[in-house]
Amino acid sequence: MNAAYEFVTGPLAWLAWGIFLLGSAYRLVSMYQLAKAKDTSAIAFMSWGYSLRSIINWLIPFNALGWRKNPLMTLGTFAFHICLLGAPIFLVAHVMLWDQSFGVSYVTIPDQVADIMTLVVIAACLYFAGRRIVQPEVRYITTCQDWVALVIVLAPFLTGFLAYHQALLDYQLMIILHVVAGEIMLAAIPFTRLSHMVFVVFTRAYMGSEFGGVRHARDW
Amino acid sequence: MGIQDRLIEDVGLRRGVSRLTPESIEKTVNAVINGETGARLKAYAETCMRCGLCAEACHFSQSHPGDPSYTPAGKVHQTMGVLLKTKGRVTPDEIYGIAQLAYTECNLCRRCVHYCPIGIDTGYIMSTVRRICHMLGVTPQYIQDTAHSHSATFNQMWVKDDEWTDTLMWQEEEARDEFPDLRIPLDKEGADIYYSVIAPEPKFRTQLIYQAAAIMHMAGADWTMPSEPGWDNSDMCMFTGDFEMMGRLKRKHFESAQKLKVKRIVMGECGHAFRSIYDMGNRAVGWKMPPVPVIHSIAYFWELMTEGKIKLAKKYPGPVTIHDPCNVVRGQGLHNKLRELVRFLIDGDIIETASHGEHNLCCTAGGGVINCGPPFKNVRVAGSKSKADELRATGVKTIIAPCHNCHGGLEDTVHSYKLGMEIKFLGDIIYECMEKPEA
Repeated sequence: MNAAYEFVTGPLAWLAWGIFLLGSAYRLVSMYQLAKAKDTSAIAFMSWGYSLRSIINWLIPFNALGWRKNPLMTLGTFAFHICLLGAPIFLVAHVMLWDQSFGVSYVTIPDQVADIMTLVVIAACLYFAGRRIVQPEVRYITTCQDWVALVIVLAPFLTGFLAYHQALLDYQLMIILHVVAGEIMLAAIPFTRLSHMVFVVFTRAYMGSEFGGVRHARDW
Repeated sequence: MGIQDRLIEDVGLRRGVSRLTPESIEKTVNAVINGETGARLKAYAETCMRCGLCAEACHFSQSHPGDPSYTPAGKVHQTMGVLLKTKGRVTPDEIYGIAQLAYTECNLCRRCVHYCPIGIDTGYIMSTVRRICHMLGVTPQYIQDTAHSHSATFNQMWVKDDEWTDTLMWQEEEARDEFPDLRIPLDKEGADIYYSVIAPEPKFRTQLIYQAAAIMHMAGADWTMPSEPGWDNSDMCMFTGDFEMMGRLKRKHFESAQKLKVKRIVMGECGHAFRSIYDMGNRAVGWKMPPVPVIHSIAYFWELMTEGKIKLAKKYPGPVTIHDPCNVVRGQGLHNKLRELVRFLIDGDIIETASHGEHNLCCTAGGGVINCGPPFKNVRVAGSKSKADELRATGVKTIIAPCHNCHGGLEDTVHSYKLGMEIKFLGDIIYECMEKPEA
């Protein structure tokens, strides 16, 4: 069990981070090359100011028309994304790992808070899954890839929660599953629907630039 | 549930698909996707999280509650989604449905932009689907006829060169009863204003040319109209997916203005032509912005009013509501000027529809949909139910709509849903209310 733990937190972690970082860089560079070759009539209109205007306006809950018309989804997706990023980054146990491996340490959140945030992520995943099953307009467009992305995100939080509460399986085994699930998530980011994490800044920025610089209208 | 369950017979679509083979489809689809699209389409296809937020944005889906096949993402799913997933391996029958959906069930109005957190441009995706259909030769007959006219005559309505100048001279003559020294100056080099219209104006809405001439005359404008092709600013090729012709049309239009060394182009109350001149057509020829400044009638009339160049003898009785044409509000943000102008012109309030300004609900005629003609009229009218509901809720009798396509669509909507409302161009109201010489 110890050897397995060493493996998943050692070589496998390097591999996952490597795929995540290099993969994301590769996707970004190749997408940029493609845009330069094929989308010059779009790139020509990119503007820093209007890009930021659009990004900031969409980051404010209930500001955009789409957010206002879908209040439950707005709450769900904002809570989900904040907790999805916040809990793993500021979790005491994760910061300790950074500290042990690289001597890097930074601010943490109390475990009770992280626990609640984890539950929020799990609840939001269930809500998203429910929408995909129950709401006709979501069910109609849902593909296999969307379910894969949802399961990939849910897994590390579910296993993390169970490990923390020492439930269901042996703690050692559960923590190994948790680490592997987290690594799968990282490695999947550049190559699945989760790639919106990498690209959304640019799609949003382009729309913001068009609407700000050319159309003189709000895009939110 | 989906387009295959609601196919409508159209000669153009039917003949188009009859010439296709699975091999020719696959070849053409991939030629367009690999040759003409790039990072934008790729990023949109990959990052659409299928969240369904856009469902509420579209007037088609609002008008068909519970049918997800009318939502923006649902429409992309049935068209570009299929083409990308199968890498173009689809049957001619599938192409029929894809074309019908792309040409008749999306107005390219871009309202869904306000609903998509990712920033996906569904209008661009549907335009690209139309581009593929055009390259396959599968286009609805009526709109293709106007595209053919563009190719043959550089105007949309098969107006012959002599008929064009004849129409202008006829309108000048008519107007001189009311305005004795009125001129429609042809080919006046160095004029301040080059006035451009769409071909349906000389063809069957000549009173709009009359009114524009009267307004220019009373404002004392230094203006001209060209006697040769290039005068038509409209562009159905942009909507069929014939981007080569779109570029040629805009080049002709701008070069016609450049030849006359005018200071700027003022265009009539048209939405789609504005899209072609200010957004798509200019880019197709490589002009980042129009090479000759172009201003829409809304902005021009606003100028005339704020500068006091037109005096009103009376105000038009309100209250009124405003229909914002998507191509000028989501195209150039003219909604505020439009309201300031309307306040100049009317006596009474502006009662807004629930969705207005840049969040306007489309008339369901734009994007070439009304130009697909009678076979698809019922689809269009059914899709405008939510617009009709918003209009009815205002309780007013007058709709001001500064766009020809919107007029055509709203006339059908008002009639079919028995709204009992009149629809006015800004030019109608200015002409009716302005001071005129004692006749």
